[in-house]
Amino acid sequence: MDFLTLVLILDSSLRLSTPLLLACLAGLFSERSGVFDIGLEGKMLAGAFVAAAVAYLTGSVWIGLFAAIIASVFMSVLHGLASITFRGNQLISGVAINFLAAGLTVLVSNALFHEGGRTPGLPPDARFPTINLPGALTRIPELRHADPMTLVWSKLLSGHTVIVPFALLLVPATWWLLYRTRFGLRLRAVGENPAAVDTAGVSVIRLRWIALLIGGVLCGIAGAYLSTAIQASFIKNMTADRGFMALAALIFAKWKPWNALWACLLFGFLQALETQTRAVNNLIGIALPSQFYNALPYVLTVVILAGFVGKSIAPKAGGEPYVKER
Amino acid sequence: MTLKTTFLCATAAFALGTGTAFADPALIFDLGGKFDKSFNESSFNGAERWAAETGGTYAQVELQSDAQRDQAIRRFADEGYNPIIMAGFSNATPLEAIAPEYPDTSFVIIDAEVDLPNVRSVMFDEHEGSYLVGIIAAMATQTDVVGFIGGMDIPLIRRFGCGYAQGVTDTNPDIEVIANFTGSTPTAWNDPVKGSELTLAQIAQGADVVYAAAGATGVGVLQTAADQGIYGIGVDSNQNYLHPGSVLTSMIKRVDNAVFAAMSEGPGLETGLHTMGIANDGVAPAFDEYNEDLITPEMHAAVDAAVAAIAAGEIEVHDYYTDQACPAIQF
Repeated sequence: MDFLTLVLILDSSLRLSTPLLLACLAGLFSERSGVFDIGLEGKMLAGAFVAAAVAYLTGSVWIGLFAAIIASVFMSVLHGLASITFRGNQLISGVAINFLAAGLTVLVSNALFHEGGRTPGLPPDARFPTINLPGALTRIPELRHADPMTLVWSKLLSGHTVIVPFALLLVPATWWLLYRTRFGLRLRAVGENPAAVDTAGVSVIRLRWIALLIGGVLCGIAGAYLSTAIQASFIKNMTADRGFMALAALIFAKWKPWNALWACLLFGFLQALETQTRAVNNLIGIALPSQFYNALPYVLTVVILAGFVGKSIAPKAGGEPYVKER
Repeated sequence: MTLKTTFLCATAAFALGTGTAFADPALIFDLGGKFDKSFNESSFNGAERWAAETGGTYAQVELQSDAQRDQAIRRFADEGYNPIIMAGFSNATPLEAIAPEYPDTSFVIIDAEVDLPNVRSVMFDEHEGSYLVGIIAAMATQTDVVGFIGGMDIPLIRRFGCGYAQGVTDTNPDIEVIANFTGSTPTAWNDPVKGSELTLAQIAQGADVVYAAAGATGVGVLQTAADQGIYGIGVDSNQNYLHPGSVLTSMIKRVDNAVFAAMSEGPGLETGLHTMGIANDGVAPAFDEYNEDLITPEMHAAVDAAVAAIAAGEIEVHDYYTDQACPAIQF
């Protein structure tokens, strides 16, 4: 494997990790507050559709992004109403959100554009532009004879949409918010022992709602990234189980922000390896079938959870609607 | 009619509410979805053409999960629809079980062979059509590397890839063919993001023509090919218009003709195995105003020569189905 291939795999890892990381942090906020959120997939899907549809209709990717956030937050509100306000089962309302998003996106898209699940292809100025730093090469054939520094500069640092660095910066921001602010302390406490938080005179319901809404915003951005940054249209079920992968990453990361970053980068890296099976096979000298690479993220999750990272303990109050004692 | 169509679409197999339509045909779309710009859309176009020309009506349902196949076929048969047409090889297993229970109903299955007295199996010679686009790809490449991106890794898609690789290497043995599959689950048909990444990886390996046989995943492949300034090749439906000047051609599979023919013949249609190949316009590369600047007269001549040679038996395009192996490429 040459250096160019390695750089391209890492470049691809970054792109593939970004939606996972956004969804994983969304899940982190809501699960740290004690609300299980398996509706990440549905929220992302809703965000992806609305971003593509609105960006197409208005010609502005930023209005698309804003609309995607609104749509995803709306899904969060449904989840919150069912599972916080009316104390329903959090898993069931999460599943309901996934179903709702899968059906609704296709239905509305078909009514608007008459292309079934798809939205029309976006023109270049209605997509997130890639940020090309000065001196960076953009086309892969040009890169073949470039020196290593230029490669790293052109593909790893340059050539991404603004959402990629944004998602990466969210990790320290989330860490700071969770571990260095009063809000973060309360949020972590409410996922472990809501009664104690309540006794201290802080509203459990309000904290959980805020966490869920933050999650909605992040999922909306993740969805917009899929349909308007790395693709140019919405396609039905285009999230392709990334919301569930993000959940696996969250468990893997033991519900901690920095761990979430490493877990998502690892998953992204494994997905990227899958696209370069030939180079990897040449490197290790064995022709492994592509199915092996396909299964690798999941196998690794099981192996690492079983043997290496130790016990992954969920927030104690997760899954339980909070009922005030009288 | 339209209302009913929409209704059926939205609620899958559960709602056939508006009474029995005697001997209307029914059409079942596979998981890729009715408007996949590909295989299913082509069958929809055939049905619409039949409806427009004859003024007839037909029932349709878009499957949402594998579990609904059995239910959808049975429901249509119970309601008296005839013939019942289904696109997609995955319907073969449920159909084998259900068809004998409804001896008076005619069934049509596309892309799979079900050997029963009341079933017509329509098979396309995808390997031969792919061979032809392989010739075009081989003549268009500047780097002597071309790519193939399949959807779900199944024999049908390997058949595409195998014919394509043979077309490429028969034209120029020095050209290298890279093949990747999107995945091994049905998600692989709807993952344009992964399609894009695979395309970028193939470009990194030198490919400047990429053939996508991957359902809606191909939308991502063609998009990335256009963004990166290389050629993409579409599949099933004519996808040339998606990115004019970048989509070299499309390997059209005339599923619409198969559906149209079945609906026109109506109940009691002739059963058995029907092969749609190069000879009866079942498969062909697409030439239209969107790619006329890309296709040189030499390419046209080479394709015509290959069509004649295949018809005359001078060229034998290897069929992956016969021995589950491919001499032209290692998958």
